[in-house]
Amino acid sequence: MRKVAIYGKGGIGKSTTTQNTVAGLAEMGMKVMVVGCDPKADSTRLLLGGLQQKTVLDTLREEGEEVELEDIIKEGYKLTRCTESGGPEPGVGCAGRGIITSVNLLEQLGAYDDEWELDYVFYDVLGDVVCGGFAMPIRDGKAEEIYIVCSGEMMAMYAANNICKGILKYADAGGVRLGGLICNSRNVDNERQMIEELARRIGTQMIHFVPRNNFVQRAEINRKTVIEYDPTHPQADEYRALANKINDNKMFVIPKPLEIEELESLLIDFGIAN
Amino acid sequence: MLLRHTTSEVKEREGLTINPAKTCQPIGAMYAALGIHGCLPHSHGSQGCCSYHRSTLTRHYKEPVMAGTSSFTEGASVFGGQANLLQAIETIFSVYDPDIIAVHSTCLSETIGDDLQQITKKAKDDGKIPEGKYVIYASTPSFIGSHITGYANMVAGMAEQFTVSTGEKKDQVNIVAGWMEPSDMREIKRVAKELGVKIVLFPDTSDVLDAPQTGKHEFYPKGGVTIDELKSTGDSKSTLALGYVSAEPAAIALDKKCKVPFETIEMPIGLSATDRFIVALSKAGQVSVPAEITAERGRLVDVMADMEQYLYGKKVALFGDPDHLVPLTEFLLDLNMKPVHIISGTPGMKFEKRMQEILERAPYANFKNGLNADMFLLHQWIKNEPVDLLIGNTYGKYIARDEDIPFVRYGFPILDRVGHSYFPSVGYTGGLRLLEKILTALLDRQDRDALEEKFELVM
Repeated sequence: MRKVAIYGKGGIGKSTTTQNTVAGLAEMGMKVMVVGCDPKADSTRLLLGGLQQKTVLDTLREEGEEVELEDIIKEGYKLTRCTESGGPEPGVGCAGRGIITSVNLLEQLGAYDDEWELDYVFYDVLGDVVCGGFAMPIRDGKAEEIYIVCSGEMMAMYAANNICKGILKYADAGGVRLGGLICNSRNVDNERQMIEELARRIGTQMIHFVPRNNFVQRAEINRKTVIEYDPTHPQADEYRALANKINDNKMFVIPKPLEIEELESLLIDFGIAN
Repeated sequence: MLLRHTTSEVKEREGLTINPAKTCQPIGAMYAALGIHGCLPHSHGSQGCCSYHRSTLTRHYKEPVMAGTSSFTEGASVFGGQANLLQAIETIFSVYDPDIIAVHSTCLSETIGDDLQQITKKAKDDGKIPEGKYVIYASTPSFIGSHITGYANMVAGMAEQFTVSTGEKKDQVNIVAGWMEPSDMREIKRVAKELGVKIVLFPDTSDVLDAPQTGKHEFYPKGGVTIDELKSTGDSKSTLALGYVSAEPAAIALDKKCKVPFETIEMPIGLSATDRFIVALSKAGQVSVPAEITAERGRLVDVMADMEQYLYGKKVALFGDPDHLVPLTEFLLDLNMKPVHIISGTPGMKFEKRMQEILERAPYANFKNGLNADMFLLHQWIKNEPVDLLIGNTYGKYIARDEDIPFVRYGFPILDRVGHSYFPSVGYTGGLRLLEKILTALLDRQDRDALEEKFELVM
């Protein structure tokens, strides 16, 4: 079973990219589980055709210890197993602890057990690794490979670099490795070259360049992944390609995060100055 | 009337716990860690946690209890406690020189997401752990479970992080001690010796928390399971876990890691549970039960029979920890007493189920465990259905005084009497001691209340 975590700046398209890629893997016959680690609980909406009604933490709060696996895991597109950690409303409580609690609980309940014959587990983690809780999915024994979704925008690259710092900390102690950057294009000038260069300097690869296409939004409004909404659309092939590349990926590295000056010079050399 | 505000009307409560029948996870982790020879427990959190746990253990044992703390400040809670723990490990090994540091987390370090596995790995990689020395850890947030959970987690940590299987089986049986007193652990070892079974008992706080006065202070007393013994548990023939809640997780961990088959039984408190223990241990060690053990059993049965008239039908309220309460309730039933009210603050379905099985013999009993099972509720139950005897830790003395009930101190913590750390309450001998305490409490009351013409010389 491969355990994958997807990180990236907030709003970059992690959940969309994850679910579309998972749809691609499921189409290939892979058995995938998706664990949404975002208090908004919208990481499995496209696979389920709507928001998961009950999150792990809601269930825990309402039913105490007597949580059953079937209460919190729903089957989505092509038998993908979907669960949402959930968490507090904005401005209260501790979302980071929420992730620790729910990942522990899923383990206790045997969500990863052999009986499910999972090929993949995907953790879709919100935004930046802002505190210890958000690093839970990359602790030793949890996710082993990380992909960072980014774009050619400065803040997205800045966030990607920061996430690498988090991975570095845990890579020292455990088995977690960076599998690559996924460029979710924002149509920035020289975007592909810039991310390829960023990937090279961090010591990894740009595993795929997902072109911008408004069709993704249309599928999203219809609560579906592109692959499900229109399997023949060229954008569906992009996600299939990404799914294939992840499935065949052999390049797993300990990242070398850049100093902020180097990151800025990269932007000047490739982006703004040109 | 210190508890005069307790009403007899029981109302359904959702959020409020009054006088909980449990305490923090780390106190259990700290106690378990003291059962390893040369071990310094370390609390990864703020100083207050460590002080509270140390002082409660010190008050219970009347022995100095040492432990380190990561001394979190505002800075550590913002930036994570890694730097503090690394510094602590370095300082502890250079100044206090233990063989092993057993780190447990606290509410704060758990909430901010400190990963003890990662930090201890880093300490090792950075060369902060000297050759031949060890750091083990357990995750013990107090907002989950109770002190019993913390004990179970630390003991499971010992099994996970220490045991190795060399592939060569040893002719020995592991016994995982559930939360029991040093005197109880000493008694378990004595009984095993009597049976002729070679055992490795862990943890083992005897000769640590009941150390003799020699005129010289030993920072690390001579007792405790040694690191070599702990390692060797991976090669043992089998494991016997004494307690479903506090001991079984370690047995499971040993089975997972080193494929040592295990059996879980109740802590040997009272007649029936001790019978099961003796049978299980003699099977595991493939020995027959010697006459001396049979004689010990006989002595207990004899007193039970002799004093039956004073015990029969007496109502008892008891509170405490799962692995004590189940066999103790069974013992009370064996004595023909009536356990009518039972409370434990420790949650857990397994415990609940096991208790219900035992209580099939006592369908009249009130039993509640978990969040809202507190001393307040126990007191309310007692007001509604008075009892002849209360059994529990020191905190029961307030109820006993207000309701004028004979009180036997048993469990953790006992802060106002001595004896528990020196005289066992496990095994047949321990059963005899419990029975003696129960009888003394009941008979003292009978004497106190007897009319002059009913005041008996012979009882």
